[in-house]
Amino acid sequence: MIQIENLSVQAGDFRIQNVSLTVPSGKYGVLMGKTGSGKTTILETVLGLRSVSLGRIVLGEQDVTTLNPAVRGVGYVPQDGALFSSMTVRDHLDFALMIRKAPKLACQRRVEELAELLGIEHLLDRKPRGLSGGERQRVALGRALSFQPKVLCLDEPLSALDDDTRVRMCELLSDVQKKTGTTTLHVTHNRDEAERLADYLFRIEDGQIQQVRPES
Amino acid sequence: MNSTPPTSEGPGSSPESSAEGHAVSPGREPSASQIGVSNAIFYALFVVMGGTYVVLIVGMLIADAAYMTEKTFDGITSEGRSLFSVISHNPIATALADKRIQHSIWLSLISCTMSAVISVMIAIPMGYLISRHEFRGKQLLDAVLDIPIVLPPLVIGLSLLILFQFPPFRWIARDVVYQVPSVVLAQFSVACAFAVRTMKATFDHINPRCEDVAVTLGCSRAQAFGWVLLPEAERGILTAFTLAWARSLGEFGPLLIFSGATRMKTEVLSTSVFLEMNVGDIEAAVAVSFIMVMAAVVVLILTRMIGSDHQAIK
Repeated sequence: MIQIENLSVQAGDFRIQNVSLTVPSGKYGVLMGKTGSGKTTILETVLGLRSVSLGRIVLGEQDVTTLNPAVRGVGYVPQDGALFSSMTVRDHLDFALMIRKAPKLACQRRVEELAELLGIEHLLDRKPRGLSGGERQRVALGRALSFQPKVLCLDEPLSALDDDTRVRMCELLSDVQKKTGTTTLHVTHNRDEAERLADYLFRIEDGQIQQVRPES
Repeated sequence: MNSTPPTSEGPGSSPESSAEGHAVSPGREPSASQIGVSNAIFYALFVVMGGTYVVLIVGMLIADAAYMTEKTFDGITSEGRSLFSVISHNPIATALADKRIQHSIWLSLISCTMSAVISVMIAIPMGYLISRHEFRGKQLLDAVLDIPIVLPPLVIGLSLLILFQFPPFRWIARDVVYQVPSVVLAQFSVACAFAVRTMKATFDHINPRCEDVAVTLGCSRAQAFGWVLLPEAERGILTAFTLAWARSLGEFGPLLIFSGATRMKTEVLSTSVFLEMNVGDIEAAVAVSFIMVMAAVVVLILTRMIGSDHQAIK
């Protein structure tokens, strides 16, 4: 479950006040809003990259409001993928497990499993340079899922893709979410993307979050 | 040249007034030949203006080489045309055979490398903090870091000398001032500022999201820095090292004041040029200068090669 309760955040001159939303466990939540509406700020607060002024954030059963982002157990796929240019795709999928000092064999198995799930087996030994937009986002998704997070946060992951790739990636995201059962919060400004993916659809407008689907 | 197109809406004009008023002329279409001539003039001007500096740099190097060639041939004609006389009368060979110059070369290589390594070690954390974090006094710190760049070199040397009059520096002054460590310290004082600037620019250009992602994957800040940011900054580190090394090689003002110009002791290549010029041996001064040019060129080529290899691997 992702539960945001009466959240207030100050980000420079920008301020979000008293917003709430809940995505139940195993569901795909989409937060839709125009550029500058504050949706990325909310996502970054869930990730722990921004501090909360007021309110609280609950992930699963745990209050993570003041918890360090490293121990929140949230997978993150940023807009541009933010791949590590010095690492191969395999290293990306391996990275979180390596940090957790997982046994080599377990890492190897997890990398193979993710590569198969995302259809990137043929890219494992390549570096990010030269990968297409869709491939980059698959790698970023694999990296975020590698440590089996309880929550997945996606920040406009498909905004830089062409229409065909976007549709294919939507199918992949939906498929992967169903297979892994990871509670997901996806932020986008694209209505079509939101309609395709959302079990729970929220709209942020004038600093207020409205639940669009299912109607509350 | 400065005519305003009649279609543009000036202050006070409104869509209504232009719709109701006279038919607005769209003006003359620019002709292809006019644009072509204008573009040619534009590029010609820029090439000439930029090229002047390139000609100056290359001209200086050619002049050095020509001077030495001339001196070599002068020696040959006065002593016969044997291969031995070509080698023995080459000003560079003569300079290299001089024990004082040999000492100066070694001290230069060692002190420049030490100064560059220390500069990079300081520049990486400093550049990172300034690039990634907002804190009180950041503007002031930024200005302080520019001081060694804008300050006259002699003033830096003098300031270092004065600094070592006060404790705790005074306690080690005997082992530093006018000794070999002063050479490294004087070079470092200026070179580090350039390295910090380079590292800040490097970190500015690396997507901060990469670190954010690393942190969400379970990294501490130090792990994110070591595993993600540092490998991304590899080329910047190399550039900072090269810049600091080259800067150290060319340092002279602070050295003269803070280290002195003692032969076989604190003499580095730039000091050698000064000392040779002082005794009127222009040939030796030019030869040492040429050695410095070659050292700098070798470092630049090596850096470019390592840099492009790294790029190719990516």
